[in-house]
Amino acid sequence: MNISDLSQQDLKQQLGGSGIYLRTGPFVTHLQSKIPSVINNFAKLYANNSLLLGEGFADFHVRLATPRGLRHWYRPQVMFHFDDQVPFKPLPYQQAFPMMEWGLNWCISNHAHQYLILHSAVVEKNGFAVILPAPPGSGKSTLCAGLVSCGWRLLSDELGLISLDDLKLVPLARPINLKNESIKVIKQFAPQAIFSGEFADTSKGTVSLMQAPAESVAQSDQNVKPACIVIPRYTPGAATYLEPDSKGSMFMHVADSAFNYSLLGLTGFETLVKLIDSCDCYTFTYSKLQEAVEIFNQLAAVN
Amino acid sequence: MRDDCLIVRVFCHPESVASYNLCEWDTLISQARRGDILARLYAVLQQNQLLVKVPESVAKHLISAWALAQKHERVLRWEVNRIQHALYATGIPIVLLKGAAYMMRDLPVARGRFYADIDIMVPKVSLPVVERALLIHGWLTAKTDDYDQRYYRKWMHEIPPMRHRRRQTVIDVHHHILPETTKAQPDAKKLFDASIPVSDDESLRTLMPADMVLHSATHLFYEGELDHGLRDLLDLHELFLIYGDDESFWMQLIERAKELELTRPLYYALRYTQRFLKTPIPKHRMQQVAAEGPNQLVLSLMDALYKRALVPVHSSCDIYLTGLARWLLYIRGHYLRMPLYLLIPHLVRKAVIKEKQDI
Repeated sequence: MNISDLSQQDLKQQLGGSGIYLRTGPFVTHLQSKIPSVINNFAKLYANNSLLLGEGFADFHVRLATPRGLRHWYRPQVMFHFDDQVPFKPLPYQQAFPMMEWGLNWCISNHAHQYLILHSAVVEKNGFAVILPAPPGSGKSTLCAGLVSCGWRLLSDELGLISLDDLKLVPLARPINLKNESIKVIKQFAPQAIFSGEFADTSKGTVSLMQAPAESVAQSDQNVKPACIVIPRYTPGAATYLEPDSKGSMFMHVADSAFNYSLLGLTGFETLVKLIDSCDCYTFTYSKLQEAVEIFNQLAAVN
Repeated sequence: MRDDCLIVRVFCHPESVASYNLCEWDTLISQARRGDILARLYAVLQQNQLLVKVPESVAKHLISAWALAQKHERVLRWEVNRIQHALYATGIPIVLLKGAAYMMRDLPVARGRFYADIDIMVPKVSLPVVERALLIHGWLTAKTDDYDQRYYRKWMHEIPPMRHRRRQTVIDVHHHILPETTKAQPDAKKLFDASIPVSDDESLRTLMPADMVLHSATHLFYEGELDHGLRDLLDLHELFLIYGDDESFWMQLIERAKELELTRPLYYALRYTQRFLKTPIPKHRMQQVAAEGPNQLVLSLMDALYKRALVPVHSSCDIYLTGLARWLLYIRGHYLRMPLYLLIPHLVRKAVIKEKQDI
């Protein structure tokens, strides 16, 4: 059963009551919230995700709620509850939905050390999977959103999960987090895509979330072998340019930005060595999204 | 006994997990995570060859927590090495306390334990030298507020925590095991004199086993915030299992408790490990210490409070009046450690600051 099979009324009742058990890739999240902006945006962005019926085992128990007392009324806030705990400071009430998204990322990056977790977007086409590790502001999410609106499969826009057993990439297929200028760019580039509302004045500026393509969600149980690692660099006005990168510098870059590389110790090192050895490594400069997608399509075609 | 609380039941009867359904596993994992003992759960299941009984969807959480515990161990061992390095030239002996001591002695109680900070103890006269040496090697005081600084330095048994500027690890440097404002004042010199070296290097030491148990008991039963109460009770449980086979240990433990004026926390440690975790404690030893215990009325109250508080802070562990019990123990913890004329202004100040931060 998918989220879209529930009527708005049922969804509201369940989320506001005992909660729903949402499946995203390998994880099941027990989610509760009475907040209208969470319910509405959730219904829109997670329409294609499946939900588990009845109670069972949930990896994470998450609830978004307003605090009791003054802050319920005066400049209202929202709190993220995890296992009866509040791991973060509250945010303004209007930011409840992005807070849920960031909170879910936090749940995974802090509790899923059965994977090597890279800070990267991951996309795939015809079995050719590309890891896009990059610092914020490098256009990683923009490029990722551009690719998935042109037929690439979305695995993740933020968390590259590497299985420690077979080095395969594990998909999440959750919404893509777009920031500031890139919201407008993607809305023009992919007018058919589905977006959440826009949330202004967050710690990352204005953000909006883009729904993961239905096919990507449907295939989110299919792990894939990584073929290529590309560091994107969005540079205004620059020509599109794909350039091979050395394995050594790529290793350092990926290790540095991974969430749990040092936590995994020797296992982390050995996994990353094998990963880098098995992948082609590039840096990629771009300013025009259409050209960038074409280069990636060519790359997928020759492999 | 809290049979209704899954996590307590599993530590008493690990084999009970074989019959759990997914809902029970769900509750168990949440409780363990909340109590900071998820990797310890892994350790106890592994020790009893029960990992095969864990459903696949659940096992990944135990594996993840175990990976984190391994990381904690690596960090802890390296930090101990760095502290030794920083203090080497001073020649001052370092006594490791609690988790760091269990780990460096390779005691089974360290398996799957998480460490928030490292506790060490040095003689009070050496504090300025130690603090300066740590400062030179990159540890800065983590409390910059004047009130906090004064509060620690004047009343506490430790200086304000120090955080390493690059590694972000925290050391608590103690000169005593109880605040100077506590009624019971065990002689710190006796603890130092009886401490034992970890290896050939005489400068790195731990308390002797009886003192290690007494410190763990004192820490738990003078404590007001029991978020990690079950973890600390498990520490005591395992220490009793490690040393309890030796009859002379019990004799020494009780003698030492009298000498250091710590029979009351020892009594609670014996009583509640036995009641909640089924720790084997020789009957005559229990009776011997019970003679020093509180009267029946106080005891019934303490039983009622600890029954509610020595479980993870998770709604599935709560019974009626759990909130009140935690609050009363919070007040008790402060009251035991400070006379009222100091305590009341301190708590008022804390409450005001919290209120300010909330707004």
